[in-house]
Amino acid sequence: MTWILLSVMVLATALSDILQSYEMKRAGAQSVGARGLARLLRMIVERRYLLLSILCLAFSFFSFMALVQTAPLSFAVPASAASFILETLLAKVLLHERIGARRAGGTLLVLAGVLLLGK
Amino acid sequence: MPISNRILRTYLWLLLFLALRAGGNLALAWGTKHLPERLAANPLVYVRSLLDPFVGFGVVLLIVALLARLALLSVADLSFILPMTAIGYVLAALLGKVFLHEAVSAQRWFAVLLIFAGAALVSSTPQSTTAKPEKSK
Repeated sequence: MTWILLSVMVLATALSDILQSYEMKRAGAQSVGARGLARLLRMIVERRYLLLSILCLAFSFFSFMALVQTAPLSFAVPASAASFILETLLAKVLLHERIGARRAGGTLLVLAGVLLLGK
Repeated sequence: MPISNRILRTYLWLLLFLALRAGGNLALAWGTKHLPERLAANPLVYVRSLLDPFVGFGVVLLIVALLARLALLSVADLSFILPMTAIGYVLAALLGKVFLHEAVSAQRWFAVLLIFAGAALVSSTPQSTTAKPEKSK
């Protein structure tokens, strides 16, 4: 059950992140402060991809709730980083972000740590 | 927006996001572990669990964390944000050990160190490679 919950969570998280990043990049830089937050809230309602990303996030979140109920916090949270490589790949392919050698190396280190945590 | 302003703004959102998420996760873990029933496929159980004060508080913190993260995504690349938020995994291990009395093995701490090193390496790369001229559309 732990692994089913984790898989649902990882897939939903990756999809949600890609949708969010895509839509927010189109929206432009946001300001810090109460007005910035209000604008963010309105934007969520107005933009389709953001709504979809929040639906994915809900799936991911409820899986996380069930996971953290039985698994230790020090396992559940790091294990959620399994979405990492999938997201970085999608960021490169779909969002055309450039992944440099340093960034790729750092990402791999993080992944190695996450794999070790799950053992 | 000048470059230094953009960097300051990015790290401000990052700090806020990390604190909110770590606190939210801890409250959620504490709350769900003390629920009278197991969370399963039944959606009603999840809705009921939200009425638990700790679970509810955790959810509120995580929602505000999500808003901070949306703002963060507007000023920095996803592939920069993801590794930086790996710091949150270290926080989770710490909070789990201190507040939930979880046994964190030497191997798990080593893994946490690897994650930290990776995050530090990535933090020295540019935050946005796809930045467009500074004008909201």
